[in-house]
This record gives sequence, structure tokens and C-alpha cells, in this order.
Amino acid sequence: MLAYILRRILQSVIVMLVVALVAFSLFRFVGDPVSTLVGQEVTIAERETLRDQLGLNDPFPMQFASFIARAAQADFGISYRLQQPVMELILARLPATLELALVSGLFAFFFGVTLGVYTALNRRGWTSSAIMTVSLIGVSLPTFLIGVLLIWVFAVELQWLPSFGRGEVVDLGWWRTGLLTPSGRASLVLPAITLGLYQLTLIMRLVRAEMLEVLRADYIKFARARGLSNRAVHFSHALKNTMVPVITITGLQLGSIIAFSIITETVFQWPGVGALFINSVRTVDVPVMAAYLMLIALIFVVINLIVDLLYFAIDPRLRIDRSAVRH
Amino acid sequence: MTEPLLSVRDLVVEFPTRRGTLRALDRVSFDIEEGEVLGMVGESGAGKSITGAAIIGLIEPPGRIAGGEIWLRGERIDTLPPERMRRIRGKRIGMVFQDPLTSLNPLFTVAEQIIETIRTHLDMGEREARERAIALLDQVGIPAARRRIDDYPHHFSGGMRQRVVIALALAAEPELVIADEPTTALDVSVQAQIIDVLKEMCASRGASVLLITHDMGVIAETADRVAVLYAGRMAEIGHVQGVIQNAEHPYTRGLMGSIPTLTQSADRLVQIPGAMPRLNAIPDGCAFNPRCPQVFNRCRVERPELLDRGNGRRVACWLYDEAGVSGPGETAGERTGSQDG
Ligand SMILES: Nc1ncnc2c1ncn2[C@@H]1O[C@H](COP(=O)(O)OP(=O)(O)OP(=O)(O)O)[C@@H](O)[C@H]1O
Ligand code: SF4
Ligand SMILES: [Mg+2]
Repeated sequence: MLAYILRRILQSVIVMLVVALVAFSLFRFVGDPVSTLVGQEVTIAERETLRDQLGLNDPFPMQFASFIARAAQADFGISYRLQQPVMELILARLPATLELALVSGLFAFFFGVTLGVYTALNRRGWTSSAIMTVSLIGVSLPTFLIGVLLIWVFAVELQWLPSFGRGEVVDLGWWRTGLLTPSGRASLVLPAITLGLYQLTLIMRLVRAEMLEVLRADYIKFARARGLSNRAVHFSHALKNTMVPVITITGLQLGSIIAFSIITETVFQWPGVGALFINSVRTVDVPVMAAYLMLIALIFVVINLIVDLLYFAIDPRLRIDRSAVRH
Repeated sequence: MTEPLLSVRDLVVEFPTRRGTLRALDRVSFDIEEGEVLGMVGESGAGKSITGAAIIGLIEPPGRIAGGEIWLRGERIDTLPPERMRRIRGKRIGMVFQDPLTSLNPLFTVAEQIIETIRTHLDMGEREARERAIALLDQVGIPAARRRIDDYPHHFSGGMRQRVVIALALAAEPELVIADEPTTALDVSVQAQIIDVLKEMCASRGASVLLITHDMGVIAETADRVAVLYAGRMAEIGHVQGVIQNAEHPYTRGLMGSIPTLTQSADRLVQIPGAMPRLNAIPDGCAFNPRCPQVFNRCRVERPELLDRGNGRRVACWLYDEAGVSGPGETAGERTGSQDG
């Protein structure tokens, strides 16, 4: 168990190093940091001194090592565009993105599992066919189109919900939340649905397929032959077995939700890290881009790790202990 | 004669498919007496498992019981509403499946699975049910049951798991246990033990058994009577010793030829050429006629019904029709006589 965790952590570190290499290459190959930092009138000699001071003339491995050392301390330098420490910029916007991702993830998980179980148990009903058809449309529509459609219906036509921004926010120390005010919650609805819809259909289809498979299993037949109630067979036995792979995949989806929030944040002018990233790309603000890349990678890696451990906790077959071999 | 525990009358099971309806069981009739072990044999696809599924009410849709009746101790059970039938499953009819590796839910401990079964059918608290579960595991021969009960199924070997499955099937003291090839998936070395455990558990409770198997040896040692199924129809039924020593149906004779005995040398083993017909291509008349060494004209035209041959033996074969005529009326008053107490 401990060896397994250590191995997984080592893998995670390797993944992060590879991503760091990519992020670091951005500095080398996208634009010249010196020309971004200084004006046109600075002489070539002065530029050369600055280069030396910034360590840009050091050999590649040394530069990379110092990049990693700084990244490990969450130091990504100063944003070219906003002239503020990159980490400060990101931390200020991270709560907005995480709240959006978490709410849409919960939304996708809850409705995805419910609808998936429903369509699996009522396979032949017409409501199930209707849900499946609608979900097919849901998967094929691009996110920004869904966002625009939702804005048009609920913000423009019906005027029920706001179409942009985060509403009123409350400061809880360094975390700025929109969950505590009515306008904050109302502002969250449309972006959360937009961001979660794709994952919802994905989870629903996964749950459905998995559950249909499980319902054919021998242990389900045997559970029925033991006279257990339908409720016990479906919601205790079948659901638990269905959830093992679903939890893994859903957990991993949380990473993509955070990554994909770029589009939703742009459509809804949501003040999160995704929007910050888009603006940085537009202005070739390399430190912010690199930091964003590393952050997303870190989130993916951490989620992966948590999901693996969760999987371990749910499925007793993976808990290989000494009793596994006794007969 | 007292009323049988289970009585299956002219049971027909059909599977509608795109290319017509398949008849998996065609007018199958037999009884199981109180405390009796009825063996059921037949080639793969003969309809043995479907018979078990029909009795316990678990034929998978779109398959359905299209005719006949099933009576459990004087109560008709094939037409019960689903919820009433559910309460019979596990409580009055227990089931043991072929593969113990897949019969148990891998995510629940043995304790959880037995206790939920007990509490579904018997009015018992958690603690009382747990004690009962431990006692059951003890009876089926799980060593250190009190400690092992909280293990997950994958902690047990195949033979041990099948013992757990037997404990589960008997958890609510059913009157009938259907065991569908309970040892086929097991290591040869433990097969006999598992059959013994099953036999012992049922005998001590007075439960009857429908023992489905390919293995005539197991039938010979375990069953009181044996029913032979061919292409969804009954070929022969009777007391085990009688059927083994003097099989009357040509198909049964072929089957018996497949049990090696000390007195029979290999060249005397009867071989049945050909294969059982598919359900969509069952010949007219006797289903066995293309393979039968004694086939004659009538066999290709008229289907033989079970004929009473005395002493509890019934055979569906024209060779034994002394009157030379048969009619549908002959099925009336069907009873397989069993002298076993
Ligand atoms: N869902 C189904 N749809 C169509 N036909 C089916 C279905 N289930 C079973 N059958 C048919 O019913 C017949 C009897 O099947 P059954 O499983 O009872 O055979 P069996 O005697 O138990 O064979 P085995 O020894 O292989 O277990 C087979 O010919 C099979 O093709
Ligand atoms: S009825 Fe005819 S074909 Fe069928 S088993 Fe008897 S002799 Fe053979
Ligand atoms: Mg079978």
C-alpha cells in the first residue's frame, strides 16, 4: 500500500517535470523576455547586461533548474502585462474558477448518475429514449454555443439570471466567494450548467452503460434469486458496482472541467484563471501562461492521485493484504 | 400418495426472436417429492437451466412461460404477481449457481450478503442474523467462520466460495433448492466435497433438491430420481438405479453409455452420433429421431408423450407404446410415482 502510494507520487513528480519543461520552453521560444521588459531605446550592450542579470545567458540545464526551484516555491515572476507577481494574480482568481468547476462538477455528477441509473433501469421506456436523444445533442453542441443559447433564453428573453460576472462576493480571508450572496449564486447558475452539461452527458452515458453491464452479472442474478427487493438489487448491489469505474472517470473529469473553464469563463466574463490565461495568450504574457500550464497540470496530477486512492478505498479487491492469499 | 412439493405441468417456455419464436421448453412435466433429490441431465442447450429459472420465476425477458403450470405445495406460483414471487425466492426456493467466483458480489463482505438475505426473509435483528450467518458458514464447513465472515469473497478459494453460496441459498430455510451445475466450475478435487455439503445441508433440513448436472456419476451417487431432458422435452424420468441399469429411452441409453464403469470396456461405450437439433430446427415427431438407432416411421410423424412404464418410470418413446396409438388425452392425470418417503 505504502509502496503503491510512493510509486504513484513519483510518477506524479515526473509528469510535473515534463510539464515544467514545456512551460519553461515557452520563455525560450515565445518572444524575447528582454525586449518585452525594456523599451525600444535601450542599447544592445545594456540588453546584454540585463540578459546576464536575468540569467538568460546561463546554460540551459542551469536555467531550467532555477526555473524549477522558483516554481516549487510558487514563484513565476512578474506578469509582463499587469506588472504584478504572477502567483498573486492567479491566487486572486483561483477561487472563482474553483467554485465554478466544483459546482458544475457536482451538478454534472448528481444529474449524470441519476439520469444514467434511470435510463438503465427503464431501458425500454420512451422517457429513456428521449433522454438519450437529447443527451446526444448535448454532447455534439460546442460549449460556447450552449453558453450563448442559455444566455439568450434565460438572461435576455426571460431575464431570470445574470449573463456575466460573478455577482456580489464576500471576502473570507484570501478566498473570495460568490456562494454566500443571492446575486453570487444566481450568477453561478448559467456558467455552471454550461460548463457541466458536457460532463453530465458523459457521466450519464457511462453510468448507463456500466449499470446495464452490471445488471447482467451473475451476482445480480444471484441477488434476485435470493429474493432481495428490487430496491436492494438496484440501488445497493448494482449501483455500488457501477460506481467503481464511474468515480474514477468522474474524478478525472474534474480536471478537464477546470481546464475547459477557459471557454465558459470567456463567454460569461467570469473573473477566473481561465479568463486570465486567455488575456495572457493574447498579449504573449509568458510568465502567466507558464504558471497557468503548471497549475492545471498540478491539479490534474493531484486529482489523479486522489482518485486512485479513492478507488482503492472503494474496491476491496485492490486492497491487497496478506489475507488475500489465504484459502 | 401425498402431494408433491413441486409439480411442473406441461411447462412451455418461449423466446421470441426476430426469426420466429424459439421453444426452449416444450410441455415439460415432472414432480419433486418432499425431501427428494431429483437429478436433471441432458446435453448443453437441452433446457435444464431454463427449467430452473422458470421454477424460481427468473426467466429473462423477452423469454416467457407460454404455457403450463408450476405448483409449490399446492399453490400455483407461475402466475403470482412479481412481489409475491420475490418473497418465495430465497425463502421457499433457494438457488445455487454454477460459478461461485461470479455469484457473490465482490464489493460486499460475506457477512453483509448473508445477513441481508436472512433479514429480507426472516424477522430478525442484525445481531441475531449475524449469529445465524456464522452458524450457517460453520455448517457448510468454513473454518473459523466467526473470523472469516467479515472477509470479502475474493479472500476465499473457489470451493470455499461455493460453500458460502450454499449457505446463502439455505439462509432462510427453503423447502426446495435448485442447484444448477454447482460443481462444474470447480476444481475436480473439491467437487465431491461440495456435492456432499449440499446434500448434507438439504437432507438435515428436509429440503428437496433439483440437481442439474452433466455428470451422471454425481446423479448416480446423489439423486433419488433422474429426469432426462432432450431438446426442451422430457425423454425419460425414473428412479436412479432403474434408469442407470435399464435405460429405456434410446437417448438415455446413449447417455448412460457415457459413464465409464469397471465392467464396461471402452469399445462397448455407446456413442450417439450427431448433435442435438437447434431450437429452430427441431424435427417433426420425436425430437431424437435423426439420431436414434431404433427410429421407425411413426417417430418421424408423431411426437411421443411420456408413457407410464410402471414403478415410477415414464418414457417418451414409441418403442413402448403397446397400444400403437397415442393421443393428447394421455397427459391427463400425470404423476410420477415415487416410493421414496
Ligand atoms: N435469452 C435467450 N434467448 C434465446 N434463447 C435462449 C435464451 N436463453 C436460453 N435460450 C435457449 O434455450 C435453450 C436451453 O438453454 P439452457 O440454458 O436451459 O440449456 P442448459 O440445458 O442449461 O445447457 P447447459 O448445459 O449448457 O447449461 C438453449 O437452446 C438456448 O439457446
Ligand atoms: S420415439 Fe422413435 S425416434 Fe424417438 S426415441 Fe423412440 S424410437 Fe427413437
Ligand atoms: Mg445451464
